[in-house]
Amino acid sequence: MTGDFAVWVYLSRTPLLWLTVTLLAYAVADRIATATNRHPVANPVLIAIALTAAVLEVTRTPYATYFEGAQFVHFLLGPATVALAFPLYEYRATVLRALAPMLAALLVGSVVALTSALTLGHLLGVPREVIVSLAPKSVTTGVAMGIAQTLGGDPTLAAVLVMLTGMTGGILVTPLMNLLRIRDMRARGFAAGLAAHGVGTARAFQVDVVAGAFAGIALGLNAFLTAMLAPIAVSFLK
Amino acid sequence: MIVGLTLILAAQLVGEVLARVTGLPVPGPVIGMALLLIFLVLRDRYARTAARILPKPLVDGQLESTGRGLLANLSLLFVPAGAGIVGRLDVIAVNGMALAVIVAVSTLTTLAATALTFVWVARWLRTGEER
Repeated sequence: MTGDFAVWVYLSRTPLLWLTVTLLAYAVADRIATATNRHPVANPVLIAIALTAAVLEVTRTPYATYFEGAQFVHFLLGPATVALAFPLYEYRATVLRALAPMLAALLVGSVVALTSALTLGHLLGVPREVIVSLAPKSVTTGVAMGIAQTLGGDPTLAAVLVMLTGMTGGILVTPLMNLLRIRDMRARGFAAGLAAHGVGTARAFQVDVVAGAFAGIALGLNAFLTAMLAPIAVSFLK
Repeated sequence: MIVGLTLILAAQLVGEVLARVTGLPVPGPVIGMALLLIFLVLRDRYARTAARILPKPLVDGQLESTGRGLLANLSLLFVPAGAGIVGRLDVIAVNGMALAVIVAVSTLTTLAATALTFVWVARWLRTGEER
């Protein structure tokens, strides 16, 4: 008994265990996603997060301990974002030809994301500091937390809302686009990246490389535009 | 793979430094993406010089396959942050229902508005060309 416990104490302290758990959860989630023929509801990110969170809950592991192992995976988000340059470059001709539709969609999408969140928040009687944390929900986490903080919101709440938005977008984008009969992969990808940042981009890459390339551009441009527009939009709130 | 990864990390590093120095509201990695894009454009424009002065892995396609490997598993990279969010769901407890409705409705509206604008403008420009 004490022997088992010693093993557990050792394992729970090394990055190895939690890194393995993260990869294993993803492998299982990806298997489930493949088995359902990549059905939008079987989103591998969502399943992997649920599995990992369940393991943490059952073993009563503090998040800080888990993150010591998982940080190696988390760290790769930065380099992966840089790597979005490759599909962008590969499809540069397609991208350049779509410059006008892209800029129009960026402006409309960014304004709709902001105003719909603020208006709904106002109508449903959500307190001001919560509405402010909602404003940057379509933007990639780091930037969203910065925006929320500058505007007097709660960065942690903003991060949670960003993740929920990403999940919602990643799951709903395919059925919604089918419903709207939009077959243009450029438009589908661009919308996924704009509304649901990295999680939407990850979904786009699972469907189509061109969609992924456009999602990556939308993610970058919308981070910039929302940071510009959010203070203006929030100033309209009483 | 190491040379390619070094270039990608270097692009991110310069991007992070630029983001902090200029105070621009753009994540460092996004600036890094722009820098890498500039590198790729220049490399192929001056292909002959590039082949002579750059390390082989940067010109023979190895760089690209490193990047593709990273992007192929983009979904995995959100798991650590996501698992942390599950532990902090308490912050939305007070306004939970309202927030769920707002996130769902606003995300759907944004997706639809963005994609429809894209498609309409693309179609409108094409008819413009034909005339």
